[in-house]
Amino acid sequence: MTERVAILGGGTGGAVLANNLAERLGPEIDAGDVEVTLINDDPDHVYKPVWLYIPFGQREPADGRRPLRDLVDDRIDLTIDRVTAIDTDGKELALRDGAGPLGYDYLVVATGSTLADDEIPGLAAGGHDYYSESGALALRDELLSMTEGHLVLSVVGTPHMCPAAPLEFVFMADDWFRKRGLRDDVEITYTYPIQRVHGNPHIAEWAAPIMDERDINVETFFNAESVDPDAKTITSMEGTDLDYDLLAAIPPHRGVDVVDEAGLGDRGWVDVDKHTLEAEAADDVYALGDAATTGVPKAGSVAHYQAGVLSQRLASEIRGRPATATYDGKTLCFVETGMDAASFVEFDYENPPSPAPPSEKLHWSKLAYNDSYWLTARGLL
Amino acid sequence: MSTIDIEPTDTVDARGAACPGPLMDLIGRVRSASPGDVILLLSDAEQSLTDVSEWVDETDNELVAVDESGDHYGFYVEVA
Ligand SMILES: Cc1cc2nc3c(=O)[nH]c(=O)nc-3n(C[C@H](O)[C@H](O)[C@H](O)COP(=O)(O)OP(=O)(O)OC[C@H]3O[C@@H](n4cnc5c(N)ncnc54)[C@H](O)[C@@H]3O)c2cc1C
Repeated sequence: MTERVAILGGGTGGAVLANNLAERLGPEIDAGDVEVTLINDDPDHVYKPVWLYIPFGQREPADGRRPLRDLVDDRIDLTIDRVTAIDTDGKELALRDGAGPLGYDYLVVATGSTLADDEIPGLAAGGHDYYSESGALALRDELLSMTEGHLVLSVVGTPHMCPAAPLEFVFMADDWFRKRGLRDDVEITYTYPIQRVHGNPHIAEWAAPIMDERDINVETFFNAESVDPDAKTITSMEGTDLDYDLLAAIPPHRGVDVVDEAGLGDRGWVDVDKHTLEAEAADDVYALGDAATTGVPKAGSVAHYQAGVLSQRLASEIRGRPATATYDGKTLCFVETGMDAASFVEFDYENPPSPAPPSEKLHWSKLAYNDSYWLTARGLL
Repeated sequence: MSTIDIEPTDTVDARGAACPGPLMDLIGRVRSASPGDVILLLSDAEQSLTDVSEWVDETDNELVAVDESGDHYGFYVEVA
């Protein structure tokens, strides 16, 4: 009998997992004993970290897109379609366009994050973002024409993708305006939901003095409740009003609705065992990357490591052996501290992060990592 | 043994949450809660003892109880 693995979502986690499985289970797939199907609703694979650079004119949306077919191994069946329902009892997925449901023996949910601007009144009309392709392009237009005024970066949604990206944005903006001789006329304010500048105390301790040194205003305990696009103010749950000329916000995030509808978790995030990545609510269902609630950041590096673990676990299950590989919380992030310097952090469930001193070398490492992504996702690097 | 006799509306299990951390998880849940709901935050981070009460003080929400009896903390927050 053929064992069918369905991977729902062809982003970082799904694509890396598919390629890893093709490699690991190659002989079984060739023999027809195993079938791996990757389902994605876009024929392109989208690499989101590129978006951080778009507002500063340093990258284009096309730099973050490649046809998924070019990226995944030929042994993987690729289905470009949208999954509209997950039936974990009947073990099948309903497809929007395809004929008939798609059955599975093992399902991996890798549906990632989506933005939910509509949860904050006025945010869509009054704010900009670099957490979507269209948002990054619109923000670029605004930034390029900004020569004076108040730039506010507000972290609205929690949890959100790449916890480092808000810090990176203000560090880059500061440097960018400085180098263009405009910094004296552009005030920059960073707002954060809790009393530190970052959720992780070690990273907050590292970042706060840099912000101070570079005259970046900080508003902590600021959880945006509403935005008034006409008055250009953003108001927090804690009762603070801020005037802005340009608002760059990290919008609220959700996963996708099919997860809730299948009873796998809330707000589109799948409840999983943080070591085995097995869904708590259904058998033979796993989740990885942004879609899985493991308590670690929603980051591509996390999705990447988790894909390696899941590939080993699935191969063991399929071969009838006990699965022993577990995810230890490993997270890796390069953090841009300007237009040509970056830091680096690495941590896991047991060991806290300790940011490396910023350097030009780390900045080039980050860009090189992004460029070589197309090879690492294929499993070539 | 805990002596707290409150039935939470919802529980946020943030044990092991390294980054961005338990308070952020709590705020996320409070946003989608209704007035009067009690959210129970489970955390094993020492930092939560100060984080949670400091944030609650900044808002109209209320920290109705803290359970320190087990190997992790339980914070009961009533949403305003
Ligand atoms: C501005 C920015 C900068 C970032 N920088 C970094 C960084 O420097 N380092 C880092 O590690 N991470 C970074 N990240 C985070 C990283 O991009 C994400 O964490 C990562 O993409 C998560 O991978 P994933 O596979 O879980 O989800 P995704 O990559 O989001 O993929 C999910 C896929 O599932 C598909 N899908 C969803 N629902 C369905 C459905 N019902 N049917 C079919 N297909 C579906 C989607 O179309 C998508 O292709 C950044 C993110 C942003 C926004």
